[in-house]
Amino acid sequence: MHQLELRNITKTFGSVVANNNVSLTLEKGEILSLLGENGCGKTTLMNMIAGIYYPDSGSILINGEEVSIKSPIDAFNHGIGMIHQHFKLVDVFSATENIVLGYKEEGRFNLKKSAIKVKEIADKYGFIIDPKKKIYDMSVSEKQTVEIVKVLFRGADILILDEPTAVLTPQETRKLFDVLRKMKEDGKSIIIITHKLNEVMEISDRVAVLRKGEYIGSVNSKETSESQLTEMMVGKKVELNIDRTEPKDPKDRLIIKNLSTIRDDGLPGVRNIEFTARSGEILGIAGIAGSGQKELLEAIAGLSKIKSGTIEYINPENEEIVNLCLKSPRQIRDLGVRLAFVPEDRLGMGLVGNMDLVDNVMLRSYEKGKLDLLDRKTPGKLTDQIVKDLEVVTDSVNTPVRRLSGGNVQKVLVGREIASVPKVLMAAYPVRGLDINSSYLIYNLLNEQKENGSAVIFVGEDLDVLLALSDRILVLNGGHITGIVDARSATKEEVGLLMTKSVVVEEE
Amino acid sequence: MVEFLFQAIAIAVIFLLGCVGEILTEKAGHLNLGIPGIMCVGAAGGILGVVIANNVNGVLSIFCAILFSIIFAAVAGGIYAFLTVSLRCNQNVTGLALTIFGNGFSSVFINNIIKIEGEGGKGALLSEAGNKFFLAHLPFADSLGGFGKIVFGHGFLTYFAIAIAVAAAVVLAFTRIGLNLRAVGESPATADAAGINVTKYKYVFILAGSSIAGLGGLVYVMQYMGGIVGAELAGTVEGIGWLCIALVIFTLWKPALSILGSFIFGALYIFPSFVNVFFPDVTFTFAQLKLFPLIPYVVTIIVLVVTSLMGKKENQGPASLGVSYFREDR
Repeated sequence: MHQLELRNITKTFGSVVANNNVSLTLEKGEILSLLGENGCGKTTLMNMIAGIYYPDSGSILINGEEVSIKSPIDAFNHGIGMIHQHFKLVDVFSATENIVLGYKEEGRFNLKKSAIKVKEIADKYGFIIDPKKKIYDMSVSEKQTVEIVKVLFRGADILILDEPTAVLTPQETRKLFDVLRKMKEDGKSIIIITHKLNEVMEISDRVAVLRKGEYIGSVNSKETSESQLTEMMVGKKVELNIDRTEPKDPKDRLIIKNLSTIRDDGLPGVRNIEFTARSGEILGIAGIAGSGQKELLEAIAGLSKIKSGTIEYINPENEEIVNLCLKSPRQIRDLGVRLAFVPEDRLGMGLVGNMDLVDNVMLRSYEKGKLDLLDRKTPGKLTDQIVKDLEVVTDSVNTPVRRLSGGNVQKVLVGREIASVPKVLMAAYPVRGLDINSSYLIYNLLNEQKENGSAVIFVGEDLDVLLALSDRILVLNGGHITGIVDARSATKEEVGLLMTKSVVVEEE
Repeated sequence: MVEFLFQAIAIAVIFLLGCVGEILTEKAGHLNLGIPGIMCVGAAGGILGVVIANNVNGVLSIFCAILFSIIFAAVAGGIYAFLTVSLRCNQNVTGLALTIFGNGFSSVFINNIIKIEGEGGKGALLSEAGNKFFLAHLPFADSLGGFGKIVFGHGFLTYFAIAIAVAAAVVLAFTRIGLNLRAVGESPATADAAGINVTKYKYVFILAGSSIAGLGGLVYVMQYMGGIVGAELAGTVEGIGWLCIALVIFTLWKPALSILGSFIFGALYIFPSFVNVFFPDVTFTFAQLKLFPLIPYVVTIIVLVVTSLMGKKENQGPASLGVSYFREDR
């Protein structure tokens, strides 16, 4: 009998199939790793066990009995606890207050008694926790501890951890793994979602692999290798019908040396990045989500804090070298640097949802009007052109952008950026959420820019597309470059391994 | 001096009820700017209750007044709750609209539905109820001199209000319900994930807060004014209501502190009337006297600046105050 069994689980969001006919088992006292690329449905699957989503079809069995988990409370009652990637804690509450929140215990409400119980659980598994400490005073690792204790406090037998090590230092990870092993000895069953192959090999008894919402299979950690897992994870290469021309007369356009950035929360962003982007070439950037793609592009666009390093732009007209470091986007533009940026957060950073198409297109040229009056005519013409060329489906150019579908929003954004005839075009996940036709349209636009002599930097998540579209692929992991490969000769496995390869860094 | 302290406490009760009501609402994550209007509505309800009880006896009169005051205020609060919780309307706009509505409604209701003056007017009945029942105090208060008057010389509702404030403080700090409520105001998504019925908590505490604030209106008209209903009633109650919202910030969202805070605000509020007691040699112009009621607002701004500078998270308002909660947003 299995501690937990999933049978033929299917879950769709609109037309997107997140999980397709997934069956999975978990034994008592086992640590199971759930491995897969971004968007392969790992978290969705686990959320169904934790009661956040409800499956469209299929069944969940606990100890051989079919159960229906409709809410997190149901999950708790069945002894299931999930530690989400984004912690759900109240900042001004103490550890104990957060742990007992929403828990209906017998007897009087007594925080002191609960604090003692928290301490007991912590001692049993080797956690270090101060029950009285407020969450806002805690480090990420301490907050995670609170989340885990919260689940144990409710007597969970099945623990699901969603990428628990993503936010931890190597030392903290080691401590977490010690705790997980103690829980396993105590008979708890654990599912851990992760991308990191070395951790999979280290902690888990068995590995289950998902790819594009489907269950691929499971193997015992002892009998497998990293390369076998990578192959299961990325699958066989799919041929895509994307034209790729040879770069014409490539010239260095952007030279980045020794670049390190600091994120808004004070943590390091990318570290020691060195690469060159050339004109007439598409440089693909691959990596697990959150490996530093966003930080890197924002650093080039002048949007993030740069700790050290240089970003040199070589002006194609006069071969002049301009250092873009520590300059605002406006200063960069005033220097004559033709940089276009298609950010990943379309309606957050790229466009203003409540404004119409013309006004959005005008964001790049609103200063050009005579006197202080706005010139809406020129952008209006440009918008008509974009709508026509890119086949944007909209009632009129005066429709607020937020009413358009994702694909059309993206077309407006890309169209606007391309209209500025950029010499460097950066696009982050430009096809995310788009259907096949729109995706191909965007690929063709990128190719067009490449042929026009722009240096195109393309951050993607689909390895097949990256391999088919790019000339070179730069792979990021944990803010470091783990490799730059030739996209024409590289294999999917090669890139997959680089994406999961850990870089050992000396702690500063 | 005795009279000053006595009057300060008498008006402070209204501040206390409005403030505690608003604290409970804000702890659920809702900034209810409709509180001034709800207090007006509560006053109108109270008057209706007294008229219905028809001065048969004191207990019935006070009971009916409280009952109708709460019903009226809860209905007004219910409108606010439905709009902001279920329909997720902007809380500030909804609250302001409710205040404007409450002010107008109570004027119309009191002057046209319950006719106060003229033939068949209820003015006499109300002032009799005010004097005989609402201002009735413990008999031994008079024998204790000044101290007795200040401490025991108030009507029943004064002590009822303090009991409500203490109860609110205890519930917030020491009970599971209080913990859940604070979680709802701080981070509704977290509360939801922990299995707390966020919508239910918001409704219950918006309604409870409105009811308590509504009693503030009742205290003003029947106890502080002794049942004398004038045309300026709604305007004055609304003004006090705004001070109650400022008082919430002044007392750092703590019902226990609000007992002290409302006394301070009460003292500052009536200070202009007693200015000659404190400064017998100085003559103030009318304009200068009008400056004194501003002091509470200035003090509130100072408190806001100081607590922000200290940056202690416990002394700030609930983190999700004013933010509508959609479960699908997670």
